[in-house]
Amino acid sequence: MMATAGSALRIAALALFAALALCACEREMRRFQTPPDNRSSPRPETPRTSTLQPAETRDDPVRMPAGNGEGYEGNAYNVAQGKRLYRWYNCGGCHAQGGGGMGPALMDDQWRYGSEPAQIFSTIMQGRPNGMPSFGGHLSEDQVWQLTAYVRSMSGQLRKDVAPGRADSLQANEPEAARDREPARPGAK
Amino acid sequence: MMQALHDVLAPFGPQAAHVRELWLLTLAVCTVVFAAVLAALLLALLRAPRANAQSSPDLSALMRPEPGKRRSVIAAVAASTLLLLALIAASIFTDRALARLSTEGALRLDVTAHQWWWEVRYVEPNVADSFVTANEIHVPTGRPVIVTLKADDVIHSFWLPSLAGKKDLLPGRTATMHFRADRDGIYRGQCAEFCGSQHALMAFFVVADPPERYAAWAAAQRRTASEPTSEQPVRGREIFMRSSCAMCHAIDGTAAQAVRGPNLTHVASRGTLAAGALPNTPEDLKRWIADPQQTKPGTYMPATKLAPEEMDALVGYLQTLR
Repeated sequence: MMATAGSALRIAALALFAALALCACEREMRRFQTPPDNRSSPRPETPRTSTLQPAETRDDPVRMPAGNGEGYEGNAYNVAQGKRLYRWYNCGGCHAQGGGGMGPALMDDQWRYGSEPAQIFSTIMQGRPNGMPSFGGHLSEDQVWQLTAYVRSMSGQLRKDVAPGRADSLQANEPEAARDREPARPGAK
Repeated sequence: MMQALHDVLAPFGPQAAHVRELWLLTLAVCTVVFAAVLAALLLALLRAPRANAQSSPDLSALMRPEPGKRRSVIAAVAASTLLLLALIAASIFTDRALARLSTEGALRLDVTAHQWWWEVRYVEPNVADSFVTANEIHVPTGRPVIVTLKADDVIHSFWLPSLAGKKDLLPGRTATMHFRADRDGIYRGQCAEFCGSQHALMAFFVVADPPERYAAWAAAQRRTASEPTSEQPVRGREIFMRSSCAMCHAIDGTAAQAVRGPNLTHVASRGTLAAGALPNTPEDLKRWIADPQQTKPGTYMPATKLAPEEMDALVGYLQTLR
């Protein structure tokens, strides 16, 4: 009788462990292939809002986001990559580490142009008045989605197990995974 | 592909020669110790009590004290200590011999390792003479080279077997090593510390040239990119500046000034692409730009989709960067 209870317990523990291990798979999954050509999907275009651009400016329209960033916000690798790109492309030059400076803060619940992933994507692609450059065509859409996912982790919008828990370089505030969720109020000014 | 030497046992400079001597001594000592241990094991097996199916083993030997037990233990401990001390002494003498080598009039390089390529800055006393290149280090023969090693992201290791030893690059710290190439040629180096998915494809080349040829190369590297004149390269430069290329790469003398990827001011003069992963030919360059993940899965370079004529123009422009 004792033996049966013991082995049942062991099987339950093993099943729990296997379930936990499987949960972790998708979370960190990393893509080693090129995302599909984003020129091929038919999507409406929209004009750029800003003429500020890295290197040489372009005035062609940018494409509207496909979906709402599915597959990026639940994947820790994509968010960590977004954090790397945020540093590489000097987003911190205006937004600091999310606290804002020359540009608005990103870690509170005040969103001028919307806090949904698709809205943030458009903000990065189109640019915004008063200084936000337009990065459409200067960045791949894959990178823009990664940046979008990271920007949302700054205000605790992502799951704790997906948001970055550490930084590659000095960071003055607490890691994104440890932040309290700021309830994003779309349209709030 | 560049034909380059990558051989631990073929030294072409004083540093590598000293390291090779130390390596040979270590090999000899370890071989002797290994053989002695095997011999002792063999002896013990031969002396073990024997038995067959009919008779029980004669265990009387186990009751008798081992003759000369203390003597053999003392001899083994003494031999181990002496051999280890000899290796320590040899290591210290090698270090001292390396430290005593002259660095008079040395060439100074700052090497920064990135996932997964090498940034090389030539530090000249006159700041305006300094320049940056990637993955390919040119040095003059017979002149010492002092290399300052830094890492940008994770721990890497600078390993140049034919000319020097191996040294780790740690984020936030600097290390130095020096080497001298006594004979001209191309020597291959490799990252020797696992640093992520592309660790195996993180090679670099040291091209040792006679001093006058080196001086000519350095003078060419100091020049900023020349203005393209014909129509196709002009179009290619426009594509470079308007697409994602300019976000990560710099071309001196243009609006592209980013530092995340290798400096491309003289990219066409290099022998390989992507830290030794591909030969630097127009076809491979096109393949690399269109789908970097195919060649180097995990690389941080994003794919740039371009129409065929745009790609021809872009690669045509990059080919002018000599």
